[in-house]
Amino acid sequence: MIKPKGDSIHRRFRPWNLSSGPDSVTIDKKTNDQEIWLRMAPDTGVLRVEPGGDWTVSRIAKVDGRLRKLSVPRGEKVTIDLAAVEKLDTAGAWVLHRTLTELQAAGLDAGFTNITENQRVLLTQVGSIRQTTSTLREHRTLADLLEAVGRQTIEVIRELVRGINFFGLALATLARVIIHPTKLRITSVVYHMQQVGLNALPIVGLLTFLIGIVLAYLGAQQLRQFGADILIAELVGLATVREIGVLLMAVVVAGRSGSAFTAQIGAMKVREEIDAMQTIGLDPMEILVLPRLLAMIITLPLLAFLADLAGLLGGGLLAWVVLNISPLTFIERIQNYVDLWSFWVGIIKAPVMAVLIALVGCYQGLMVEGSAESVGQHTTTSVVQSIFLVIVADAFFAIFFDVVGI
Amino acid sequence: MAGEEIIRIRGLRSQFGAQIVHDGLDLDVRRGEILGVVGGSGTGKSVLLKAIVGLGKPTAGTVEVYGRNVLAASDADMQALERKWGVLFQDGALFSSLTVAENIAVPLKEYLKMPHDLLCEIVALKIALVGLPPETGTKYPAQLSGGMRKRASLARALALDPELLFLDEPTSGLDPIGAAAFDELIKNLQSTLGLTVFMVTHDLDSLAAVCDRIAVLADHRVLVVGTMDEMLKQTHPWIREYFHGPRARAAKIQDQTRVQLGN
Repeated sequence: MIKPKGDSIHRRFRPWNLSSGPDSVTIDKKTNDQEIWLRMAPDTGVLRVEPGGDWTVSRIAKVDGRLRKLSVPRGEKVTIDLAAVEKLDTAGAWVLHRTLTELQAAGLDAGFTNITENQRVLLTQVGSIRQTTSTLREHRTLADLLEAVGRQTIEVIRELVRGINFFGLALATLARVIIHPTKLRITSVVYHMQQVGLNALPIVGLLTFLIGIVLAYLGAQQLRQFGADILIAELVGLATVREIGVLLMAVVVAGRSGSAFTAQIGAMKVREEIDAMQTIGLDPMEILVLPRLLAMIITLPLLAFLADLAGLLGGGLLAWVVLNISPLTFIERIQNYVDLWSFWVGIIKAPVMAVLIALVGCYQGLMVEGSAESVGQHTTTSVVQSIFLVIVADAFFAIFFDVVGI
Repeated sequence: MAGEEIIRIRGLRSQFGAQIVHDGLDLDVRRGEILGVVGGSGTGKSVLLKAIVGLGKPTAGTVEVYGRNVLAASDADMQALERKWGVLFQDGALFSSLTVAENIAVPLKEYLKMPHDLLCEIVALKIALVGLPPETGTKYPAQLSGGMRKRASLARALALDPELLFLDEPTSGLDPIGAAAFDELIKNLQSTLGLTVFMVTHDLDSLAAVCDRIAVLADHRVLVVGTMDEMLKQTHPWIREYFHGPRARAAKIQDQTRVQLGN
């Protein structure tokens, strides 16, 4: 048994001793170097190496350099005398063992003396380990970099194929559930409708309301120069119902619920819940993906409608306060100049965006592998991809509606 | 080896809502011993371990480790304590964004300043010490099997050569050979380094092979503490069932009893 030093407890906990480790710091010793030391006692034909003090992991760094640089004249005998070593742990034993084997490898006659039974056991234990210095992390070479680029490229293509695959799978599951409506998890759908739709109402409403104000304010400044203040209603009305309302809503939902889908499903994947489901014979597509997808498809048009109203409210409020256009006039002009199709243009986009956000969110969740870090990565990817896709889809819609002349 | 008490728990009470886990629990862990903690599911073995290392917040009682009350310790005190103990969590709890070698290097880098060469050597030493092949070092936890993760986690717990080691079901999920090697390793480390080990386990082989004393958790407190021989003589139904059940027979504890009865 290596005897722990019998110092009183309270001394161990002095905060100023922490840097050098809390054990066996005796205050009356003059310098810190007293806790571990290494003396060389050259004799005729023999070099006595005398380590002393606490040879523990917290102090070993102080003598490691000197041991590495130990130079011994050829043909001389080396004795490592452990008499003064009070405490030895695996790190200390390792450093001593390494020194000894290095000396022996250099063809010197080297050995330990004054070694206690416990020290011997520890040294044997450390010595029996076939030691290879390990690197903390594999270093990258240029070839690795090229390989990584190549792999990444192939991965992007595969990801695209897998995404399309997943879309198809979701459609097939949807078709199956339409044929057998009893397979639909109504409770789950309603739960996600609340999470995605109802709970998002305040933030979506507030944001579109504020953007409505910003839009009206910007428009008012420009229109006033031409004395065309009254056109503010058309400007705010058209911009909000056609684009801003639905787009802003989709971005908020992608950030809010798309990421939640990925994190929920990803965490289940990490804890093997998805595997468990499959072994019980439950289809994750049916249980996890479809309810989320349907909840989004149902609630996003409703959210878009609310976003439109909030945007118009914000615009109308500003027009009233700044441009002195009464709410009645504002509403009347919107009724006359913003046709019903403009409204539908906005709302039609919502279910499409719902599909994109829900599928990307669920897909990324199912792609999670093994670790918490993976959940984080895929959640980020999910949000980036869904916002990207939402905007791309919006651009395509703009071109499409232009071509068909709405 | 029986000596001063390193951990002293008095009147511990843990409660989650209306559910009482511990009530009036007393337990001592002595320097240099391996204490095995057993108990049925839900008797709060892990909760007890967490309370000792300061991760739980018991409702009442004191937990003293090295004479310091963990429940009311200052940050500096806690840090000093954390420097002295290593904890092996049930699922390993390795940091998933770091390689195994980096995981082991975390406590070394956090508490000590040492040259990179020496750091790598010590990390390699710990990896070898727990019986992992050297190439494991550059792998990520997600790439390892459950048993390897457990060993890697033990290597991290041992990084600073702690005096006190907490093990939460160290052999669960290991194959019998691996579990026996793990027991051997713990025993070796304990005898050469003078470790004190607090081990939550269900593995009767482990209990018989390495534990100096066994504490039984039941009825919200520590029912009895004693050696394996003393456990076998207990009359409490749960303890009898536990140490004399079919699994205990499989672990050949029964043979020992027979020998003792013969004496």
